[in-house]
Amino acid sequence: MTNALIVDAALALLVLGLALWVIATRAAYSAVVGFVAYGLLMAIIWVRLAAVDVAMTEAALGTGLTGLLLLGAAARLAPYETAEFDRRPGRGLRVLIGLLCAAIALGLAAVVLLLPAPAPSLASLVADNLPPTGVGNPVTGVLLAHRAIDTLLESVVLLPALIGVWSVAVDPAWGGRPGSLPRPPASSALTLLAQVLPPFGILVGIHLVWNGADDPGGKFQGATVLAAMWILVLIAGLREAPALSERRLRVLLVVGALVFIGIGASGVWRAGAFLAYPEGYAKPLILAIEAVLTLSIAATLGLLLAGPPAGDRPIRKTS
Amino acid sequence: MRPALDILTIVAVSLGAIFFLAGTVGLLRFPDTLTRLHALTKADNLGLGLVVLGLLPQVSGPLSALALLAVWLLALLSGSTVGQLLAGKTAVPDPDRAPTLTPGTGASHD
Repeated sequence: MTNALIVDAALALLVLGLALWVIATRAAYSAVVGFVAYGLLMAIIWVRLAAVDVAMTEAALGTGLTGLLLLGAAARLAPYETAEFDRRPGRGLRVLIGLLCAAIALGLAAVVLLLPAPAPSLASLVADNLPPTGVGNPVTGVLLAHRAIDTLLESVVLLPALIGVWSVAVDPAWGGRPGSLPRPPASSALTLLAQVLPPFGILVGIHLVWNGADDPGGKFQGATVLAAMWILVLIAGLREAPALSERRLRVLLVVGALVFIGIGASGVWRAGAFLAYPEGYAKPLILAIEAVLTLSIAATLGLLLAGPPAGDRPIRKTS
Repeated sequence: MRPALDILTIVAVSLGAIFFLAGTVGLLRFPDTLTRLHALTKADNLGLGLVVLGLLPQVSGPLSALALLAVWLLALLSGSTVGQLLAGKTAVPDPDRAPTLTPGTGASHD
């Protein structure tokens, strides 16, 4: 018991220190590296809290994918960073920012500390209502049955994000191949990795989705692994990224959300409510939605990393 | 049989932890990228390998043992590839010239 307490306390202190360091450090690149380490430690903490689903999402999306996106942004912004340091805001503004941030931190601390003694929980309600859905993992049950509308919006919101990334392309490049991925010089080691790893990675991705029905795992984690395998193949240069105007690609991007909305709409007359599943069909419908959504999410995440269509130039400073 | 296996676990996991410690110290103290990579990959290969070896007697079934071994093999594969890529990024020394370490270019030792 005390041993576990020591480990937990060390983890908490480490995460706290790392968080402070990420905020305090000036260079964007170091901050991103710190952020990735912070995310991995957070994943371990989620495991300690027995929230394995959250831990996997944190490791795959919160750290892996977001970390890569931030690394790309830091690399692009590096040339302008020193100029930005010289234009730091005045003392008054900085004090104001500090005070507002402190107020938010104190507010959050107050909310956590003032929770009623038995914290409000819907866990027993979820446990009671899990059997009709046919899935064994309560997280998946909540995400795809009890709070399906949240999950639907969550998967749809990826598409505007992707369109946002595409829209920074210059006009002539629109619809072309994405061009933000690094292309290191061909090396036998990278080629070998990109040939050997994807079969295992795809298996792990499918396993995460399939397992998500009854054990920790799910479409977002699985899709992230699939996207990572795709990106690995693209970076190694074994395949070219598809042109973004390709019709098949666009269908793949939206098919997940469309199937989800279609099944949800059919629930209006089959089960009496939008996103309700007819009795006895909940499990197969949930699996179908998860399977198609996984493909769409994987494609979307991969293209988010692949960036806007090529031919885009870094924004010239006009000064 | 059981105590012997438990002792194997304790010894192998402790050895693995020592390799991780040594790898971390090397990463922090070695002077240049190549030697730091050397320290880092030692921790990954041998440290993780010893930890996995030590945990093998404690797993519930052959499937968990396979999963542990897969973790080690995949870490080996990705670790060695990343090591190669990072090493390739550092300046390639001229093979005709004797390798000389310019003082002051490496990390500070304090």
